[in-house]
Amino acid sequence: MAATAFTLTDLKNVLLQAAGTDDAAALEGDIDDLRFEDLGYESLALLETAGHIERTYGISLDEDAFAAADTPRALVDLVNTHLSAAGTVRP
Amino acid sequence: MTRRTLVTGLGVTAPTGLGVDEYWAATLAGRGAIRRVTRFDPTPYPSRLAGEIDGFDAAAHLPGRLLPQTDRMTRLALVAADWAFADAGLDPAHLPEYDVGVITASHSGGFEFGQNELRALWSKGGQYVSAYQSFAWFYAVNSGQISIRGGLRGPSSVVVSDQAGGLDALAQARRQIRKGTTAVIAGAVDASICPWGWVAQLTSGRLSTADDPERAYLPFDERAAGHVPGEGGALLVLEDAGHARERGAPRVYGEIAGHAASVDPRPGSDRAPTLQHAVELALADAGLDAGDIDVVFADAAAVPDLDRAEAEAITKVFGVRGVPVTAPKTTTGRLYSGAAPLDTAAALLSIRDGVIPPTTNSLPSPAYDIDLVTGAPRPAPVRAALVLARGHGGFNSALVVRAADTP
Repeated sequence: MAATAFTLTDLKNVLLQAAGTDDAAALEGDIDDLRFEDLGYESLALLETAGHIERTYGISLDEDAFAAADTPRALVDLVNTHLSAAGTVRP
Repeated sequence: MTRRTLVTGLGVTAPTGLGVDEYWAATLAGRGAIRRVTRFDPTPYPSRLAGEIDGFDAAAHLPGRLLPQTDRMTRLALVAADWAFADAGLDPAHLPEYDVGVITASHSGGFEFGQNELRALWSKGGQYVSAYQSFAWFYAVNSGQISIRGGLRGPSSVVVSDQAGGLDALAQARRQIRKGTTAVIAGAVDASICPWGWVAQLTSGRLSTADDPERAYLPFDERAAGHVPGEGGALLVLEDAGHARERGAPRVYGEIAGHAASVDPRPGSDRAPTLQHAVELALADAGLDAGDIDVVFADAAAVPDLDRAEAEAITKVFGVRGVPVTAPKTTTGRLYSGAAPLDTAAALLSIRDGVIPPTTNSLPSPAYDIDLVTGAPRPAPVRAALVLARGHGGFNSALVVRAADTP
């Protein structure tokens, strides 16, 4: 259950809210394994994204692990790992 | 031989118009945009009027990625820069990246963005403060965002000297072009009509407390009692004359021919104010005599002492009623750093069209021996114009523009 607590759709919503997108289609399709950099999200946009996730889900993302999560799939997995550890399913 | 600096593109975001044509039509018609503040409820504040920009839809002009990280002034500046480059027919992406720079002035930085983040900090906590606050409020942010968006890596900076900064930025751009830079997008856009910006402006003691838009900002009028703040400004494409000629620039508005800046003595000093000195040095820099100037765009503080100082400086250089003087900023309010680049755009359009836009609302006081253009626009051949700007704290700046076909 905890493994699906945070989905790619959730992440897309956070990205849109935190850092915007150049056009609505940019986050459509199979983006799971594209690098954030190639999707147009630089370090500050990701910092802002991390802030949104942390306060929405009440978790604290490990800085190094967050930096290493450079694709949407990796970040979704990382957030779910934290949610499992915190015993949380949904905020 | 010194390289000449031409203005080949204009981008205007003003309370009286988005885009050069809309702004200029309103300016010549004397249509004002000053009204009761709508961007927040001004009821509890002593000053309640502003020149606000209506109908600016940032999302229609800018990529969504830029919206969460930009203050209103930066969005306006980015769009003004786009329009200026389009007007110039110049795509910086087609030039070597180090050949084009961006030099803006800033009065206060991104106050509205900063206010929202401060509110988040106080009401919710530090983790709710946007990471973008790190730069979105900053004085240099308009230069930075324009640089990133256009890939401009030439000489770039920000000038902070209140209203004088708008001219100082154009002068700095001219210096860089003289040193070899091909083109610089230069000028300023300020926008801080939000409660935090408002209380900061109020500390100057120079804001009008009137509620009638037609009686609120009256430079050179016996009723002068402060100014109305506005938002917006202009960005200009400044370009090396040789480059403009070789590429066949579609429009040449004029030449940035001369500039000088000065700082007034400290308050209480027995030394004279120095605006006159700045004017004389700017004329000398342009190689012109007072008689060559066809119109003066005044700073127009609408504070009696400051109006007197400006009128005296003009009279000493040009003689009693020796040159037409105008202040079309009575239609927009004072735009801080954005004001003088907008006046410079107006001066260049005066050269283009042979007409001097009017100062609205003011009834010129007989105490000032200046020929203030009021009522209707005044047709007149304009070959050279002087633009004046003063900043809080004693900054004076004077810029001369002239027709580009001047030998």
